[in-house]
Amino acid sequence: MSAYVTKSPWVVHYDGSSCNGCDIEVLACLTPMYDVERFGIINCGNPKHADVFLVTGSVNEQNKDVIKQIYEQMPEPKVVVAVGICACSGGVFKDCYNVLGGVDQVIPVDAYVPGCAARPEAIIDAVVKGLGVLQAKRDAMVNAPAKAVAAPAEAVAPVEKADAEPVAKGSFPPIFTMAEIKTNYKVSK
Amino acid sequence: MGTILFMILFPMVIAFILLVAKSDKARDVIVIGAAAVIAAMSIVVAILFAAGGIEYFSFDGEVVSYIMMAIEVVLCIYIIVIGVKHRKWLAAIFAAVQTPLMVWFELNEGHHIAIESNMYIDKLSVIMILIIGIIGSLITVYALGYMKDYQHHAEGKDRRPWFFFVMFLFLGAMVGLVTSNNMIWMYFFWEITSLSSFWLIGFTKTEEATNNAFRALIMNLLGGLGFAVGIVILGMVFGTVELSTMLTIGAIYGDMVAIPAAFFAFAGITKAAQMPFNSWLLGAMVAPTPTSALLHSSTMVKAGVFMIIKLAPVLGMSNFAGIMVMMVGGITFLFASCAAISQNNAKRVLAYSTIANLGLIVACGGVGTAGAVWAGIMLIIFHAITKSLLFLCVGTAEHHIGSRMIEDMDGLFCRMPRLAMCMIIGIAGMFLAPFGMLISKWACMVSFVDSGNILLVGFICFGSAVTAFYWLKWMGKLSAVVANEESIETGVHKTETFVHITLVVLVILTCLLFPVISSLSLVPYLEMVFGGLSGAIMSQSNMVIMVIMVAVIVLLALLFFGRTKKNIVPIYLSGVNAGDNRTYHGSMQKDVEFSLRNWHLEKYFGEHKMNLFGGVLCTAMLVIGIGYMVAILVSMMGGVA
Amino acid sequence: MVVKTVISIIAYLVLAPLLGGLLAGLERKLSAKMQRRIGPPVLQPFYDVLKLFEKEKMTPTRFQDFYVLVFLIFIIASGVIFFAGGDLLLVIFTLTLATAFLIIAAYSSNSPYAQAGAQRELLAMMAYEPMVLITIIGFYMFHGSFCVRDIMAGGQMSLLPMLGIFVGWMFILTLKFRKSPFDLSMSHHAHQELVRGMTTEFVGGTMGLIEIAHWYENVYLLGFVFLFFANGTALGWILGIVVAVVAYFFEVFIDNCFARMKWEFAFKSSWVIGVVVGMVNLLVLYLCF
Repeated sequence: MSAYVTKSPWVVHYDGSSCNGCDIEVLACLTPMYDVERFGIINCGNPKHADVFLVTGSVNEQNKDVIKQIYEQMPEPKVVVAVGICACSGGVFKDCYNVLGGVDQVIPVDAYVPGCAARPEAIIDAVVKGLGVLQAKRDAMVNAPAKAVAAPAEAVAPVEKADAEPVAKGSFPPIFTMAEIKTNYKVSK
Repeated sequence: MGTILFMILFPMVIAFILLVAKSDKARDVIVIGAAAVIAAMSIVVAILFAAGGIEYFSFDGEVVSYIMMAIEVVLCIYIIVIGVKHRKWLAAIFAAVQTPLMVWFELNEGHHIAIESNMYIDKLSVIMILIIGIIGSLITVYALGYMKDYQHHAEGKDRRPWFFFVMFLFLGAMVGLVTSNNMIWMYFFWEITSLSSFWLIGFTKTEEATNNAFRALIMNLLGGLGFAVGIVILGMVFGTVELSTMLTIGAIYGDMVAIPAAFFAFAGITKAAQMPFNSWLLGAMVAPTPTSALLHSSTMVKAGVFMIIKLAPVLGMSNFAGIMVMMVGGITFLFASCAAISQNNAKRVLAYSTIANLGLIVACGGVGTAGAVWAGIMLIIFHAITKSLLFLCVGTAEHHIGSRMIEDMDGLFCRMPRLAMCMIIGIAGMFLAPFGMLISKWACMVSFVDSGNILLVGFICFGSAVTAFYWLKWMGKLSAVVANEESIETGVHKTETFVHITLVVLVILTCLLFPVISSLSLVPYLEMVFGGLSGAIMSQSNMVIMVIMVAVIVLLALLFFGRTKKNIVPIYLSGVNAGDNRTYHGSMQKDVEFSLRNWHLEKYFGEHKMNLFGGVLCTAMLVIGIGYMVAILVSMMGGVA
Repeated sequence: MVVKTVISIIAYLVLAPLLGGLLAGLERKLSAKMQRRIGPPVLQPFYDVLKLFEKEKMTPTRFQDFYVLVFLIFIIASGVIFFAGGDLLLVIFTLTLATAFLIIAAYSSNSPYAQAGAQRELLAMMAYEPMVLITIIGFYMFHGSFCVRDIMAGGQMSLLPMLGIFVGWMFILTLKFRKSPFDLSMSHHAHQELVRGMTTEFVGGTMGLIEIAHWYENVYLLGFVFLFFANGTALGWILGIVVAVVAYFFEVFIDNCFARMKWEFAFKSSWVIGVVVGMVNLLVLYLCF
């Protein structure tokens, strides 16, 4: 049975740093032009109500704990979408002294949306495809409820280093793999 | 008869014993023993007089009257002396006017007036005796522990014997007041309660306390003066000094009795701390908390509203005395409720709420229909229990958290869980639906609408909305779960906890049993006074629904309160929760602790403004009302001459 | 008589959440149309609530759920009393009790956002309460009874003699539905200074219960609108239901046309309306009936 979470993915949006271009594009999704509410998507601005975590911008020393905490405060099932090249890998800021890189440096990411700035269509596509991950996670919760319950939020979620292939949580593969992004957009190391 | 006399004299005897008992241990034993006896006796009185409607006692009191007069003269001299000593000329003047007036009246006129019965007891007196006997004595027990802590902090010599002396004296005088049929006797007890509250308020002997004590004394003496004038008019014009006769005359001849009734009601209004006389009750907050609890719940102010409820049959929309009383009550209810919003000091919030509720009772008395009086008496009962509970809780909180400010009660739910629960139940009892006060407020509303006084309806609509605001924000403050607080409840005296729990049980019991209370005591009383009820009281089915609601809440609380299988997670603080729910990582790499504060809406509901508006409007009502009555009196006398 | 009452209670218990949810869905569709969007499916509110129950169970304190449960139960109870033809004052006092528990639930988490929302809800309560009481007293003065049953069978339509009160009721309905310009304490729209106001700390199923309670509440608040038209005839029924539905969408229209006002405006305007149209209407009722 398809989980209701796929019909009503509520979004919390966090803009890490960078130029705010992707930030604006996320908001553009809400406008009549793109109207994400068609899919039941609401930007609820509160991790405790959210199912989808949209992160734009790169991760740095200042905001890594904030990202971690927002992620921890979201109840399962949840997915993380990294929007824009900065959120995917750090983008042009990657080598800055305080930039850690993409969002996957601190929390597990389920979908990557490339682009500088990411296009609204791509963002919507990522969220809608992320629904598959939500479904998979929900199924996991139903099948093994005990395991699916996340650790208490005080405990810091394990930091996943993205040295090899970044792995999506759950069985659903990322929409755009890091390898694809690297080949397509030539991110310099 | 004997039991009533015992209820009056026993506390007074105990009072004198306590004056000489200096050791803590002796005092503990005497107070707890006496409180138990008084409470038990009040229940005995209730059972003894359960059947009868009203009983008069002739009790030949010629000698007693002279003794009372002698005591009054002594007290008058005492007041004049201290008035002069503290340069409170008004107190001295009021005393110097009224006592000679009363003495003159009694020696010249009162002598010729035949008195059939000096004392009586009816269902209302029984209710009052139960309140005084049970709530009052619980407060004295509470005071034991409280005053130990108090003495611990205070310097100077131990004046607790005096404190307990006055408290018990007060209880005795109150019982006398509610059972006197002879107005001169009632006046005597009336003055004793005024003086007792003067002593209790001034107990700490600081300059502020002395000033406030004198303010209370002056205002109550002014009321006493009104009382004395009322007695003189009653005696001279109607040839009686008996309350029962006065009410009978009122029933037969209609509104003529409204003239002395207006003066008695004026006395009641001062004692019930209605605007513009509300400042004495606020000033009384300087006293130790048991004093406040006693003044607010079972004694003093209840004497004022008792008087007005007694007078209710001769008030009403048909005469100006009634309109004066109901408007003063209504205006006071609205403005005192508003003023409570702006207050942070818990005791002042309680004081304003008392003034507001008394205003409602006074308005009920003024409306004077059976339904209104039903509401008024219900208010007296519920208010006595819940308000004493709240005061005693605040007193304990104050000793343990070192503040009586509501904003400092952050996390009391974790710091003193049992106390916070008692307080929450008390607050719920003050305004929430299935609990006590709201039932009576409901009946009030219906009777106000029926009376046809649209202004009064407006006062209660707006006043109720305001009431919910200030109680709920306090309740919210108490129920907030603040992390990392240790319980500091271990140091609470056993007597204090005992009293809290007893009162909580009483609150819930009265909520569950109020239909029984109504049918056993209120309905017979009202049928006796008003000769039948015109269905003004809320329907049986609504009462049943209310009781079911209380039961459901209690049941749900027992089943679910504080139980959860869910993960307890930190609150959302924009992703910068430092982990303890109380601090966040600030932007400058610094941890900042936050604190939450309630709204006080000073701009709209500033205390000063509310007192000014309410005071001016009420003064106008009183001046017009009393002036009108005097004018009728003069024209009547002219007619006679 | 009894059978009829039982039927209407059961109908309320079953149909009210369906109707409330449907209205909420239509509202979102309508708002979308007004903004030239397609909008979510009409059943979206049901998906949302069902989803909330699928989520992981979390709570900031172990007391919060109790308060929310009592909130839901008494919201339903007040509606039951209403549709059973009971006493209007009892309905409103029960509703106040329920709202009090919602506010306490918000306070209990000690979250700054939830508490700020709770304070605003308190203020809204203080703003609308007088007008609510005046409305009920108006019905009593006109029909001589507080019972919904008697008012429905009253024979006379209350609308015209109580026109002022009707206007006042429509005004405070915006506050009660928590719609713009008075969506002070919580909002369906994101990106506001209070996060989600009172509901910030309600996670998953708890939030679901809140939504269901609001459906129940909305339905019988509209029932009040219906009451202005009920006169025991079929015409009254039809007119009442039509106007109640129109009233709801009128509120949606207002919601879309206004930005949020300051709390001062909400408070002052409600009290002024209460005095001007409410009290004056009561006076008229007193003098004429």
